[in-house]
Amino acid sequence: MRVHSDPGGTSPPAIVFDHIDKRFGAVHANRSIHLAIARGDIHALVGENGAGKSTLMSILFGFYQADSGRILIDGQESKITSPSDAIASGIGMVHQHFMLVEPMSVADNLMLGHEGGFALAGGRKALLAKLDALARDYDLTIEPDAIVSDLPVGLQQRVELLKSLVRDADILVLDEPTAVLTPGEADRLFALLRDLKARGKTIILITHKLREVMEIADRVSVLRQGACVGTYPIVDTNEAALAEAMIGRRVHMPERADTLADDEPLLTVEALCVRDARGGMAVKDVSLMVRPGEILGIAGVAGNGQTELLEALAGLRAATSGSIRFKNSDISHATPADLHALGIRHIPEDRLRYALAYPFAVWENCLIGADDEQGSLIARQTVMGDAARLMQAYDVRPADPLLRAGALSGGNQQKLVLGREIEQRPRLLLVGQPTRGVDIGAIAFIHRRLLDLRAQGVAILLVSVELDEILRLSDRILVMQEGRIAGERRAGETDERDLGLLMAGIA
Amino acid sequence: MDALSLIQILESGLRLSVPLIFACLAGLWSEKSGIVDIGLEGKMLMAAFAAAVAAFMTGHAWIGVFAGMAASTLLGLLHGFASISQRGNQIISGVALNMLAAGLTALLGHVIFKQGGRSPPLEGAARLPELAFGQSAMSFLAIAAALLTALALARTRFGLRVRAAGENPAAVDNAGVSVTRLRYGAVILAGLLCGLAGATLSLGQAAGFLPMMTSGKGFVALAALIFAKWRAWPAFWTCFLFGLLDAIAIRLQGVALPGIGAIPVQAIQALPYLFTIVLLAGFMGRAVPPRAAGQPYVKER
Ligand SMILES: Nc1ncnc2c1ncn2[C@@H]1O[C@H](COP(=O)(O)OP(=O)(O)OP(=O)(O)O)[C@@H](O)[C@H]1O
Ligand SMILES: [Mg+2]
Repeated sequence: MRVHSDPGGTSPPAIVFDHIDKRFGAVHANRSIHLAIARGDIHALVGENGAGKSTLMSILFGFYQADSGRILIDGQESKITSPSDAIASGIGMVHQHFMLVEPMSVADNLMLGHEGGFALAGGRKALLAKLDALARDYDLTIEPDAIVSDLPVGLQQRVELLKSLVRDADILVLDEPTAVLTPGEADRLFALLRDLKARGKTIILITHKLREVMEIADRVSVLRQGACVGTYPIVDTNEAALAEAMIGRRVHMPERADTLADDEPLLTVEALCVRDARGGMAVKDVSLMVRPGEILGIAGVAGNGQTELLEALAGLRAATSGSIRFKNSDISHATPADLHALGIRHIPEDRLRYALAYPFAVWENCLIGADDEQGSLIARQTVMGDAARLMQAYDVRPADPLLRAGALSGGNQQKLVLGREIEQRPRLLLVGQPTRGVDIGAIAFIHRRLLDLRAQGVAILLVSVELDEILRLSDRILVMQEGRIAGERRAGETDERDLGLLMAGIA
Repeated sequence: MDALSLIQILESGLRLSVPLIFACLAGLWSEKSGIVDIGLEGKMLMAAFAAAVAAFMTGHAWIGVFAGMAASTLLGLLHGFASISQRGNQIISGVALNMLAAGLTALLGHVIFKQGGRSPPLEGAARLPELAFGQSAMSFLAIAAALLTALALARTRFGLRVRAAGENPAAVDNAGVSVTRLRYGAVILAGLLCGLAGATLSLGQAAGFLPMMTSGKGFVALAALIFAKWRAWPAFWTCFLFGLLDAIAIRLQGVALPGIGAIPVQAIQALPYLFTIVLLAGFMGRAVPPRAAGQPYVKER
């Protein structure tokens, strides 16, 4: 393994992971990882879903304890046994799943654990001064009295980042920060990271998007199945080489065959209006249709009504007006169970809340929505076998049906849900963000599955904020902007720029 | 009804609401930190008993109060151990607490006093004296407790951390603060407050301990907590309202209403409970409990 020290070779690395090893029961999440992070670098960490990236960072942050190995900070061994040790060592973390108290204000969240005395008033004054300074230094403004749950995801992430900055962290860890951001927000984040680097901060960036690695990182380390398989200066590598190092083989993105369906529409939506959870109109007068054997892509910046549209179509949210028809039957007021019976399946954006029961084993999760055909008694042997086959076929790792669904890494949960719904042989598939937080090998796999379904004549409605994905898979593309359809394009007649303008509401 | 009896009803309403206020604030602290507390009833009963025993033995009401607080806190720690350290089911632990208190007070009552479970009547310095407006010190303490709770939750470090622990304990852990210690702190506070509630019952309102003398007040306090949507001042006012209803019910006993005649005592006594159900069922918006309430904190996904 190659470990690069900093160019001058004078100061010790900011962090050395010295043969870190960690198991969760049977899962070997980190295998003797040895890795040095040079001070002032932006160091990217890449690897497949479940490769052990988040685990390694949680150990650095004192959230988990390594079974063996040491962590050196500035050349000194440091015992980090709790997040407060990590914070004291100048480490700040933006977690993959934010660690925010949603019903509380931004200021309360920033002060938590760092209140500056018994009464909050004093600490609050200091905090506001600090925020002012940060806003001046980095263009990072935030409304301190806003309630976190009212903020869009991009701003919630800013709060998470500010938590580290107000504590003067000089080592920042960001775990898949761009997975939840729009392209514009991601650009702004990267500008900020460059700013932070210019002021001497060391940054560890976890991402699945190799384009981002090439764009911003100085060095990149690749994890595979818990082990570090290499660290490379960015100038010595490229996307294809990294992908191969991550997966151990070459990745081929599937191509969409050019057969355009022109049957009768399977799904027809007319003048649909839907309110969001707070009562505002989220979907305004949307009409669309999807034919069998066709993928209709819905592009748009997150939060422009796509989520509510998908929920309304899936029977999870009532439409205020308009109609939804499946073939000739009206399903405007159908329940999810009715839709199930018709062969309409939904892979929700938020698999965490709507698709999996975390404390249950994988085999039990495989039964959700499929139990009708099984009768009332569960034939455990059969079901277990089916679950194992499903995990095999959809490359869910580790392929153990007895595992708790919550113990799977994010990407593997996604593959599990996808497999479960596809195996129900749907006629219409509603999919939200099928590859959010998923590694490139799995993206290629999921795309191939969706295209297979299309070839079998399934109608697919795909909501995604990833323009690559939309462009690669869709026969037709609708762009949603502020709840309305801002434009429709055929595949091959558009590109990222064109869609980007529609999404921004400029075209 | 003349002005004098109106004032009397207000005074006795406040008096009757005092145990509810303490118990409700106890529940507030506990649940804000993420520990569901249906053992309020049991802790209160235990405290009422311990307070009566200590006051009877020493002849000093305040020693009784401290004994009550100690006994109730001990039970609270038991609940804490089961639900924080052992990550047990908080409902089951609470139910167990209630049964334990019912059994222990009955058994010990027999053994100590040999009077069918009740204590001998307390007299003189063994009871809490009236200070002003027909109230004992406990009434003023209850108002102070509501004030301090509201202030502490909103304005202090401990309050902020407790609130956060009840919503998202992982965030608290990540900020470098021990969730376990916070929750124990809140559970102890709840124990102390329940102790005051119990002592008020046996040393203030009644002159001694009676078997099952809490008669569901712990559950009424829980209902008040939900009705108040887990906020201190609304909790205070809700309990006061329940106390008033109680006072009115007592007042109406034996009074013949025109056209109906005398109302059965039981019907009047049921009034506050009926009112609770109606209020809870219909006349309030959605009450959202602290999100992590009832869930043990485990560092896993
Ligand atoms: N708390 C836990 N309990 C049990 N197993 C766990 C736990 N956390 C992680 N694992 C397992 O450890 C392995 C590494 O998980 P980790 O979350 O570090 O992956 P990752 O590289 O961050 O993946 P992703 O890109 O999907 O976020 C996975 O197999 C996962 O299932
Ligand atoms: Mg991860």
